[in-house]
Amino acid sequence: MLILECPYCGVKAEETELSPGYEAHLKRFGPGSSDEEFEAYMFARKNPKGVHFERWRHVYGCGKWFLAARDTNTLEVFGTYPAQSSEPPADLQDKIKAKRPDWKGYK
Amino acid sequence: MKRYSVFAIAKEALNYHMGWEKAWASPAPKKEYDAIIVGAGGHGLATAYYLGKNHGITNVAIIEKGWLGGGNTGRNTTIIRSNYLQDSSAAIYEKARSLYETMSQDLNYNVMFSPRGLLMLAQTHHEIRGYQRTAHANALQGVATEWISPAKVKELVPIINIDGPRYPVLGALYQARGGTARHDAVAWGYARACSAMGMDIIQQCEVKGVKTEGGVVKGVETSKGYIGCKKLGIVVAGHSGQLADMAGFRLPVEAVALQALVSEPIKPCMDVVVMANTVHGYMSQSDKGEMVIGGGTDGFNNFTQRGSFHHIEETLRALIETFPIISRLKMLRQWGGIVDMTGDRSPIISKTPVGNCFINCGWGTGGFKAIPGSGWAMAELVAKGEPGPLAEDFNMWRFKEGQFIDESVAAGVAH
Ligand SMILES: Cc1cc2nc3c(=O)[nH]c(=O)nc-3n(C[C@H](O)[C@H](O)[C@H](O)COP(=O)(O)OP(=O)(O)OC[C@H]3O[C@@H](n4cnc5c(N)ncnc54)[C@H](O)[C@@H]3O)c2cc1C
Ligand SMILES: [Zn+2]
Repeated sequence: MLILECPYCGVKAEETELSPGYEAHLKRFGPGSSDEEFEAYMFARKNPKGVHFERWRHVYGCGKWFLAARDTNTLEVFGTYPAQSSEPPADLQDKIKAKRPDWKGYK
Repeated sequence: MKRYSVFAIAKEALNYHMGWEKAWASPAPKKEYDAIIVGAGGHGLATAYYLGKNHGITNVAIIEKGWLGGGNTGRNTTIIRSNYLQDSSAAIYEKARSLYETMSQDLNYNVMFSPRGLLMLAQTHHEIRGYQRTAHANALQGVATEWISPAKVKELVPIINIDGPRYPVLGALYQARGGTARHDAVAWGYARACSAMGMDIIQQCEVKGVKTEGGVVKGVETSKGYIGCKKLGIVVAGHSGQLADMAGFRLPVEAVALQALVSEPIKPCMDVVVMANTVHGYMSQSDKGEMVIGGGTDGFNNFTQRGSFHHIEETLRALIETFPIISRLKMLRQWGGIVDMTGDRSPIISKTPVGNCFINCGWGTGGFKAIPGSGWAMAELVAKGEPGPLAEDFNMWRFKEGQFIDESVAAGVAH
């Protein structure tokens, strides 16, 4: 069972209080983009066995979207942060690096 | 390979059953093969089998990181049906279903195929329209299915409660020749037949890298050393993204957990398979008497073969209304498998950006039923280098082209 801390209301919410939203930090491609860019955005989502950044919504709480860093292979949660972030906060990245030395880094 | 038969049983009985030979050999890998198949699940083994049987290619290794059939092939709820909507799906799933009919004879291995009949319940008006449409499509495709009334559902499934109130049964899509088979036996039967053709099944051997030269595959790095190959078939379900990464391309596939559970054994009470897609619940009774129940997928990427408990709870909560008889059953075991989901919920059987490297994946929550048809189509692709009629629509470039084979209509589930 996953427990994620909502970065807005500080509640440690259990999975049934949350709604998953898949890959975070997506760059959206629309009209005018190339076929490759559009396909990659629509379908070729990141699917790492290890460190992953995701969107979650505190749906039965404050209702807001936030982002989380999680290991898909162990279910360990590294941390959560507000949705208004264009990339994971530096201290969270450092924390993940320390725990997963062979992590290739965000991107 | 000694044939299994009633006479063999009698003969071995005189020997106190000490004379049975091993079903397959476990050789050390050779330096090079004409073809390597990564993944000894049902799809990988069936691919190897039809490479030998249909195309005469037997210098083949099947490489498996764990034990054969230990992935999703040994974790599913064994439902077999071919009542899909799109023509490309109907073709490959019906090919598979028809191969199941004679698989035990073909492999000389009892896979316990049981075409006991399968119902997909309509529990909303949206589903009534959807399944009636599918029944019409199936009629045009030559797949025998029919739309049946609630009264007929009750006749086929006496333990069902059709009145609801929350999930009433409004009718069903019925496939009389759908059913189940013994999942392990399917893997074991193919493995035995592959081994008998001289193929090498190499277990406990993880592929860790794919070697290419000038964009063409040369071999694989494994935990048992480097093994060369002229052709490579990747058939690893939940780990397809990892293998594609090793070969240097990206796949439109995500890995999520899907769960199932079985009850304590009870007396025979249901001799058909019932699927209730609205509530993500599926149920059949095993030959041992256990009620076999499948649930829905989790909503997040996961490689742990462990799902979230609340999905089990949701499935059972709904099924108890439809099958009041199960409300006091004890559940014995519960498990998860990592399924490979594509955007249109249809599989990929395709060439890849790497030369002589082919991929078969994306069967998601519903590939057990497809094993023989998928192996048939994949073997043709690997042998000829080009897809045949069964596989061609399932290429990995269909997403870019927008040519989906959309089977996600039924609430995004397809067992
Ligand atoms: C709970 C559950 C219920 C299901 N119910 C049904 C159902 O009722 N009907 C139906 O039709 N389908 C069902 N399915 C789906 C079905 O099980 C799968 O689609 C099918 O079994 C996939 O077979 P496969 O051979 O592709 O994969 P698998 O059987 O998973 O085989 C892939 C193999 O590749 C190996 N592998 C992975 N990485 C490597 C590597 N690096 N090196 C070497 N080997 C590797 C794995 O160890 C594994 O053995 C269900 C699935 C689950 C999880
Ligand atoms: Zn909140």
